[in-house]
Amino acid sequence: MKTKMNFALVALVVFSSVFSYNFMPLNEGYSIGDYATDFKLKNIDGQMVSLSDYKNAKGFLIIFTCNSCPYAVAYEDRIIAIDKRYSRLGVPVIAINPNNPELQPKDSYDLMKVRAKEKGFTFPYLLDEKQEIYPQYGATRTPHVFLLEKTDNGNRVKYIGTIDDNYADETGVEEKFVENAVDAMLNGQPIQVETTRAIGCSIKA
Amino acid sequence: MVRVVICFLLAVTLGCKQKSQKIDETAKLRSIAKKDTTRLLESDGLTIEIFDFDELEPQLYQENDTTYIINFWATWCAPCVKELPYFEKINAEQKEENVKVILVSLDMPKMWKTQLIPFIKKKNIRSKVLILDDPKQNTWIPKVDANWSGGIPATLIYNNDKRILYEKSFEYDELIRELNTFK
Repeated sequence: MKTKMNFALVALVVFSSVFSYNFMPLNEGYSIGDYATDFKLKNIDGQMVSLSDYKNAKGFLIIFTCNSCPYAVAYEDRIIAIDKRYSRLGVPVIAINPNNPELQPKDSYDLMKVRAKEKGFTFPYLLDEKQEIYPQYGATRTPHVFLLEKTDNGNRVKYIGTIDDNYADETGVEEKFVENAVDAMLNGQPIQVETTRAIGCSIKA
Repeated sequence: MVRVVICFLLAVTLGCKQKSQKIDETAKLRSIAKKDTTRLLESDGLTIEIFDFDELEPQLYQENDTTYIINFWATWCAPCVKELPYFEKINAEQKEENVKVILVSLDMPKMWKTQLIPFIKKKNIRSKVLILDDPKQNTWIPKVDANWSGGIPATLIYNNDKRILYEKSFEYDELIRELNTFK
């Protein structure tokens, strides 16, 4: 019996290693309904920012974004507009740069400050210095949005994905995924589209 | 216990087989109908076809003896640019072995003439380059692979028997190793 067990174990190990070798694992990180971790990350003004600082927030739009990715740049104005609209309603944008500046110098802390000033960012722009936060969320690219709802049990993930369905042309947008999700959340309604995908720049780790 | 493991193995293998998608006949037909109207980027002596996803899709489901390597990339994507020479090498060296590389550029329209064309010329790219211009990414990304989150570089390798999307960058040895699993 012991041999059998051993064989089974070996078979299982061999099989699982073959499996992970052949097939890319599903995105690790959060799924809809999970509770998201808080963090303490440095903002461009030198202050540390945590979700727990926002006593009156109803939720958060955590957006992993950066300076260097053309898709992130294409969405900058829309992110500012979303923050202006929803921070008033209790759902502020918190932008986090997940990239390692040593691998992508355009995403250095100093250049984050420069870009935020140029564009007039209305929201915190944090650096995931130790690159420990984005893997927990399961962000894979920039820009990558996570909508959280503040509940008594923690910040619950309500939407994961892209901002809308047309990065190239704002006037060609047919579905505003993020705005629809926040509106539904604030109205206590189910979110129709909870996850979306988009081409983005892989995070530089 | 052994039986359980074998059952598990079987179940997963069968599950995977079923996942290998069928050709979308409609997409194929639509593309043939559109053939005459394929958009072309002509610049600096180069001509590149510009596809939306419906037009590209048949290239992802060709049924013949060839193993296709479809690499999704862009000139602004540093890890993509780094691995391009590996795909070029394979395309050059394995033509006789029925391996074909197609480089699907996701460069944005404003970059086509200013970045993409000069890049292709400078690097003297020999593999086939196509442009995929289709902003409805949330619609087409899952059609390439159900598990692709949309990060690039991403590479689809497929033939009649097997189909895998790799959402990662490759080193040359690793790419060869993966490719060999298709032979």
